[in-house]
Amino acid sequence: MKLLKLVPDDTNIKFLKLRIPFFAVSLLLIALSWALVFSKGLNYGVDFAGGLEIRASFTQSEQAPVSQLREDVAQLGYGDPVVQRFGEDNQVSIRVRLPDEVSSNKDAAQQAANRIVADLRSNYPDFRLDGNDNVSGKVSDEFRQDAIFALVAAMLAVAIYIWIRFEWQFGVGGLFALFHDVSLTLGMFALFQMEFSLQIIAAILAIIGYSLNDTIVVYDRIRENLKKYRKMPVPELLDLSVNETLARTVMTSLTLLIALVPLLLFGPASLFGLTAAITLGIFVGTYSSIYMAAPLLVWMGVTPQSFVPQESVADRQERIARGEV
Amino acid sequence: MLDFPTWKKAMLWLVAAIAMLAALPSIMSLTGSNWPDNLPDPTVNLGLDLAGGSHILLEADPAQVASQRLDTLEESVRTAMRGAEPRLRIGDVSTRGGRLSFMVDDVSQVDRARELILPLINGTGTVREWDLQVVDNQRFVLTPTEQGLANAIDQAMDSAKEVIDRRINALGTREPTIIRQGDNRIVVQVPGLQNPQQVKELVGKTARLSFQLVDLTALPADVQQGIAPPGSEIVPYAASSDFPGQSIAVQRLGGIRGDNLTGAQQSFDPQTNEAVVSIQFDADGGRRFAKLTSENVNKPFAIILDGEVLSAPNINEPIRGGTAQISGGFTVESANQLAISLRSGALPVDLAVVEERTVGPDLGADSIRQGLVAMGVGTLLVIVLMIATYGRFGVYATVALVINVLMLLGIMAALNATLTLPGIAGFVLTIGAAVDANVLINERIREERKRGRKIVSAVETGYKEASRAIYDANVTNFIAGVLLFQFGSGPIKGFAVVLVIGLFTSVFTAVPLTRMWVAHWLRNARPSELNL
Repeated sequence: MKLLKLVPDDTNIKFLKLRIPFFAVSLLLIALSWALVFSKGLNYGVDFAGGLEIRASFTQSEQAPVSQLREDVAQLGYGDPVVQRFGEDNQVSIRVRLPDEVSSNKDAAQQAANRIVADLRSNYPDFRLDGNDNVSGKVSDEFRQDAIFALVAAMLAVAIYIWIRFEWQFGVGGLFALFHDVSLTLGMFALFQMEFSLQIIAAILAIIGYSLNDTIVVYDRIRENLKKYRKMPVPELLDLSVNETLARTVMTSLTLLIALVPLLLFGPASLFGLTAAITLGIFVGTYSSIYMAAPLLVWMGVTPQSFVPQESVADRQERIARGEV
Repeated sequence: MLDFPTWKKAMLWLVAAIAMLAALPSIMSLTGSNWPDNLPDPTVNLGLDLAGGSHILLEADPAQVASQRLDTLEESVRTAMRGAEPRLRIGDVSTRGGRLSFMVDDVSQVDRARELILPLINGTGTVREWDLQVVDNQRFVLTPTEQGLANAIDQAMDSAKEVIDRRINALGTREPTIIRQGDNRIVVQVPGLQNPQQVKELVGKTARLSFQLVDLTALPADVQQGIAPPGSEIVPYAASSDFPGQSIAVQRLGGIRGDNLTGAQQSFDPQTNEAVVSIQFDADGGRRFAKLTSENVNKPFAIILDGEVLSAPNINEPIRGGTAQISGGFTVESANQLAISLRSGALPVDLAVVEERTVGPDLGADSIRQGLVAMGVGTLLVIVLMIATYGRFGVYATVALVINVLMLLGIMAALNATLTLPGIAGFVLTIGAAVDANVLINERIREERKRGRKIVSAVETGYKEASRAIYDANVTNFIAGVLLFQFGSGPIKGFAVVLVIGLFTSVFTAVPLTRMWVAHWLRNARPSELNL
């Protein structure tokens, strides 16, 4: 049986040659992402904005009466609702962000949800409540703080781990690659105004884990080669390491993608955001391991000496005692 | 490399077999078959987002506990002063700024007053509950200590939790989870609900019932403007009552609280056939109710529930039997709910629903079906790619993958972990990532062969050199997983649990298990060429 080879043997792509333009593009993308996040803003779901989200089916209808619903809910005086098809044609999600003066009351989201559901029940006989999320402003503020904390803590914790296992340059490089991945994911959500919820934070935390997988595999090979080829110039050595691990990088990203794509296509509607974020993160993470994590090492002055253990004072004294110095 | 002692093989198989066996009951229940009753049956719990149900987060206002505590202190101080021999007169009582302050009229009695107050402020526990200061020789100022207030909130939340427990159990719902969270929150999770609205109303209702005399001296015009005569307060009528939108003045002191009930049922008024709630007082409550009603015949008293007047009937005759009837425009259902709430006792504090997440049972079932389909297709694609790329080694990797999924399910069942909707995504992600270790190993073996190593040596080096990166990558994933678990609420925690357990099972199946199979094959077949 002839086996499939996704990456030909002995590739010798000069990744590092173009490191400056690629790095510039990456920096630009990061800047662009943050510009989008701050200008367009993230489309916060109820988790982070507070308010309520109702998911419902119209069991006897082919199509959910989306525009009619929008009017009906708007009439109740909680501002303009976001009504979208969600899942099947006859299923919708109705999202209402409560005005500030209402949401200062802790029960506000709860009471508004009760009223909207009661109203829709009486207007549409085939209305079926599939679920609802009501989050008060106080709880959503806490979620936002927790989310930021979790992201920062996760990035720092894994960077520190890499620093301990490798060298400080590798820790910084890994951290920067992660920052790149997280920034671009946030940028995508700002650009397409996809709903940003707790699940997306979970997705980003998972991306932090998987994106680092790639980085670590490349770094591990760099470390090995640094010990093996002491005379090789560092850029050349990095290129060699990336090329050697390229087959694995491509293969693993591919297995992750083909496992995730069916979930994106056939999976439950409420998992779409999470799956889309992770899928995107795998692309970005693979790219950053090659074009961010490795080149950064050159600039931070990694040399073959980085992994030579320093001679301890005791060893040196022993050597002196033996008359070797 | 080829040397795999029998005990090692036995251990590996044993661990895999036990973990996979634990998955059986869960698989059976997912496919709808029965698992024999006499066998242990660890099963994976389905989260509320898959099984349907409600997650309700309730929050108490600490300021309310503080002000109630202040009221109680005021009453006990007054009682103590009144009960002293000879009676101690106090005046200028104020509870402003969260502190109780009052003047002792007779300066020579200050020391005696202090003696009477000391037992009140020291509380029963080891901490002092109030700080006492005497200013200008005769003004007492009692300030709550931080610890005392924290204890009071803690106790209030504990008893609120018990009350909610009793209420939900009265509904006969299966397996509710009620836990305290933080200082002033309670999480209620009720799976598989038919009527979530009912639970919310039942849980959020304080159900503080009181009978207070109507202040007949109050001028209607003043009441309309919300001005109460001294010693009285204005209370609005409930929306369901006969006079919605109106208010009356009731006397603050001298009423009876609904704390001393032994029972409450929904029933019908024999005359009007209206739905009412019958209540039974305990001995002490019955005595006090009899006293109140016999001293105030022909005067109205207000039945107040959670700060709203239900009705204000006239006391036609003393009520001595220790039972009473509450009317107030109830439907059968609302009367029944109030009866449950009263039976289980009032909540010691008001609780607001600050977060609610409810999923209908149909949606959950759909999600599981769609998730399983996606998982099946994904697994199949990964298997095809792995076998096409690595041949025999790919077969080993995919057998390991299947064992991995079963072990993951089994360990989750054994730990009684919860499978949530994001947890399904976690399964898919684990399937995609689990083969990474095999990819690393296999690619390394290819490289070593290209460098001219012999088959056995190449395989050995492949496993050895790849394990370092596998180890580091899994540790960082573990760190991210733990933070994910820390961060998340229910569904997200479910995602984290799958990812973290999946790290362990995938390393186990992808490294030592496949290594055992490869070693076995190399030893028996002694291949001269490695198709990899």
